[in-house]
Amino acid sequence: MCKLEETIDVAVVGAGHAGCEAALACARLGLETVMFTVSVDSIALMPCNPNVGGTSKGHLVREVDALGGEMGKNIDRTFIQSKMLNKSKGPAVHSLRAQADKAEYSRSMRRVLENTDHLSIRQAEVTEIITEEGRITGVKTYSGAVYHCKACILCTGTYLRARCIYGDVSTCTGPNGLQAANHLTESLKAHGISMYRFKTGTPARVDRRSLDFSKMEEQTGDERIVPFSFTTDPESVQIPQVSCWLTYTNENTHDIIRRNLDRSPLYSGVIEGTGPRYCPSIEDKVVRFADKSRHQVFLEPEGLYTNEMYVGGMSSSLPEDVQYAMYRSVPGMEHVKIVRNAYAIEYDCIDSRQLDASLEFKNIKGLFSGGQFNGSSGYEEAAAQGLIAGINAAMEIQGREPLVLDRSEAYIGVLIDDLVTKENKEPYRMMTSRAEYRLLLRQDNADLRLTRKGYEVGLISRERYEGLLKKEEAIEKEIQRVEHTNIGGTPKVQEFLESQNSTPLKSGISLGELVRRPELTYQALACIDEERPLLSEDVQEQVNINIKYEGYIKRQQKQVKQFKKLENKKIPKDIDYGDVYSLRTEARQKLELYRPASIGQASRISGVSPADISVLMIYLEKRK
Amino acid sequence: MKNDTIAAISTAVSPSGIGIIRISGEEALRIADRIYRSPGGKKKLSAQQTHTIHYGYIMDGEDVVDEVLVSVMRAPKTFTAEDTVEINCHGGVYAMKRVLETVLKNGARPAQAGEFTKRAFLNGRMDLSRAEAVIDIIQAKNEYALKSSVSQLKGSVQKRIKKLREEILYETAYVESALDDPEHISLDGFSGEIGEKNRRWMGELNRLIASADNGKIITEGIRTVILGKPNAGKSSLLNLLLGEERAIVTDVAGTTRDTLEENVNINGLTLRLIDTAGIRRTKDLVEQIGVERAKETAQTADLIIYVVDASVPLDENDRQIMELIRGKKTLVLLNKSDLETVVEKEDIQAILGDSRAAAILTISAREQTDAREIENTIQELFFHGELSFNDEVYITNTRQKAELVEAFESLAQLKNSLDMEMPEDFYTIDLMNAYEALGRITGESVEEDLVNEIFGRFCMGK
Repeated sequence: MCKLEETIDVAVVGAGHAGCEAALACARLGLETVMFTVSVDSIALMPCNPNVGGTSKGHLVREVDALGGEMGKNIDRTFIQSKMLNKSKGPAVHSLRAQADKAEYSRSMRRVLENTDHLSIRQAEVTEIITEEGRITGVKTYSGAVYHCKACILCTGTYLRARCIYGDVSTCTGPNGLQAANHLTESLKAHGISMYRFKTGTPARVDRRSLDFSKMEEQTGDERIVPFSFTTDPESVQIPQVSCWLTYTNENTHDIIRRNLDRSPLYSGVIEGTGPRYCPSIEDKVVRFADKSRHQVFLEPEGLYTNEMYVGGMSSSLPEDVQYAMYRSVPGMEHVKIVRNAYAIEYDCIDSRQLDASLEFKNIKGLFSGGQFNGSSGYEEAAAQGLIAGINAAMEIQGREPLVLDRSEAYIGVLIDDLVTKENKEPYRMMTSRAEYRLLLRQDNADLRLTRKGYEVGLISRERYEGLLKKEEAIEKEIQRVEHTNIGGTPKVQEFLESQNSTPLKSGISLGELVRRPELTYQALACIDEERPLLSEDVQEQVNINIKYEGYIKRQQKQVKQFKKLENKKIPKDIDYGDVYSLRTEARQKLELYRPASIGQASRISGVSPADISVLMIYLEKRK
Repeated sequence: MKNDTIAAISTAVSPSGIGIIRISGEEALRIADRIYRSPGGKKKLSAQQTHTIHYGYIMDGEDVVDEVLVSVMRAPKTFTAEDTVEINCHGGVYAMKRVLETVLKNGARPAQAGEFTKRAFLNGRMDLSRAEAVIDIIQAKNEYALKSSVSQLKGSVQKRIKKLREEILYETAYVESALDDPEHISLDGFSGEIGEKNRRWMGELNRLIASADNGKIITEGIRTVILGKPNAGKSSLLNLLLGEERAIVTDVAGTTRDTLEENVNINGLTLRLIDTAGIRRTKDLVEQIGVERAKETAQTADLIIYVVDASVPLDENDRQIMELIRGKKTLVLLNKSDLETVVEKEDIQAILGDSRAAAILTISAREQTDAREIENTIQELFFHGELSFNDEVYITNTRQKAELVEAFESLAQLKNSLDMEMPEDFYTIDLMNAYEALGRITGESVEEDLVNEIFGRFCMGK
């Protein structure tokens, strides 16, 4: 039997949002990379919501961009509406969200992949990983072809032993009826990898012609659009936008759902997988928020050249007839025609605590993973992990230090630390509340936080890096100028302050002090600041935030300093926890199993108490 | 990590009752085997089950040292989480010391003060706050300090602070979940609610911080300075408080010769009477020590007792001194009530003004009539007569106080954010800061410095 054999550097399994970033990172760092997918037509598919970003997820996209990833650029090329969320709140929770033209998004990403050197796309199902002495050496496809490789990145998304379900109907397929990958799980298990089964879901897609928008509230995009990518010229994204529409469920909807709960596969026990609490189906919401008389429903276009619309907020796995009844109970949807049913999907993923913070398996060198395979949910979470897994696979092959971001550096750091440290019993979704130091981890300063690292890794061009240095300098210089500029109570100034409902000056005051007044901003003060240099929007924004929230930023920095102390207390890799006198048994087992890299990480493992940490710290102290 | 084996008498060394010698560490059972003989002579303690008690004798070679009951307790369910043997022997200083000496001769080393606790802490048997309380017990100077430490050991500080933390966490979580799920969780009117709660939390912290000042006084004593012009009766007062003839008292001004610094226990409180020899050596107080010195002394003391000779009129010096001590906790004693008095309470009040910090008493130090009243007044000055340990929680150490202050300041920042009408997402920075600071008191937040410090305090144990 003659089987195909090939030798490459990196095998990326999967072509979703994680797989794309992973493959691009490796190829751009000069490694011969093959990206495997069960369907080349579904590269960078958005099988659920037609948007990118949103609360805290927008942060992830900007961080991916700041490190040299593709997602931000791709959405900038293909969005059809864009909005900065939470603008009434502080800058830490401002989040960018853009509606995507799904088909365009997918096509555009495919174009980038196809035109990247060292990157090949291969339609094939990977069925086995091959290892030698605890190291990955290759992957095997369903046809028996073997690809020898130095590293492999698993980004299988929701495809492993996937099953789609609504009511009593179930099909063994991936999203949108795509072929599932039914063989890899066995091979992974045989290599000692422990698997979980998770569940997620998606709402119906409906025909726009069957909707009555006059009964809904129009949701338009921002007047001035902020691009996701720091490299996108803001002027280039000021395009005509399409609208989304808001309507609400009502008691009638909830009644229909409650009456049919026994026909839901979730409640009848057909679905075994654990679903996401933070992205609940409509039946979950009705049960959990029993006191709410209505829930939001967003109708979002799937693209410019299709009539399909996504029914945001109403994902479900109820039977077809119930879906019809409940959707038709919503104002504006009385005559709705469903194009694709809502469904739940079950799939295999891993207990992500088997990974190091570099996203490499602890027990198989050279094997990395990212995305829903790691137990997360969401395109953005996937892209972020894919990028880091790709970078670190490359770092491993090139004998360089892995890129590990900590919780004080990036949402990506929070995401990965949570995944590899905490027990996740449901798909993990990024949320602002998970980031302890979010005032420092703003979406507006992702480049200032991370682009230097991206440059060091090799994914950021010299030109872009130098641009960053110039930006840093401009910000610093302008902050100094503003803090040292005195404003006197001239009639012009007083008149201006009055027009802003701000107390007139009694004596001279620094411009910085004025910026710190709640009712004023740096930008608003332009007309009384005569020496002001011409600065770009993003520099102005940084100057404003840094001056205005100086006190809060300083306090948060102090917290980070405390945090770093424990993070920097490394636990030697060869530590024998059996030697640490009087650790409680549970703590000892957990530490033995997950082998945290630092005291800080150890302290976040559930089942390890502060007393255990004290014991551990004293042990390390004595060992010195 | 192996610990050597330590032993100590763990009951009070007093002539009566039973005494207990505790041995803890890896060798505890082997050491016990060497010195224990059962009535039948064959029993090995190391072969006995854990948590059992055995009758027999402690032997020094062939000599019977004492007739005893020996408890065998194996790790980890012991106070120190190490193998532990406790020998119940006959009380009496001599018997206990003989048994301990025998134990030490056979391989244990004497435990340092607090060392059993240190091991319990290091072995994870005790959280930081409890461990700290034990150190405080070891170092307690008086009855109140001891009671306060005991109360802390029982966890009353824990309880109070844990409750505060829970409330803070609840509100933080509320803000956070509202940010993540604005559709279902509303922040309408929240700033008013949390403003109300924050006022209450700040009040609570304030009380705990105030108790920390008392706590310091409880553990360290009240630094007390006695001021007064020559022959006003300072030495007589000292004698009155000390209850013994230590200072020489004559009617001739400036006859106090020796240096006096004494700790006086009054109603369970410690007065640390700071050296007044400098004052006593002078011919004239105000001239000699000068205004500056008086000021300095007044500033470092917790309490000033100002003795006024009521049999002679007040002069400019008295007025100067009183000017300096205004606002400090002061007890003005109008002495020599046994003689004809020319100074009345009202005269003093007129000079001091309306000062709540000051109390004025008329006494006769020489006739020792009013000691109890002085004591009560001092207690009143410091604790408003409420020094009781059944329902009050006292913070008795500096570290804990610093964390309380940190938590308070964070909440003050929160108040500021509320006043400035900042968006809700700003609240959590300061809320979490307060939460963490309080956690460092109860040991629920881990911090490197903290472990090192506690560790250090244990190691310093005498």
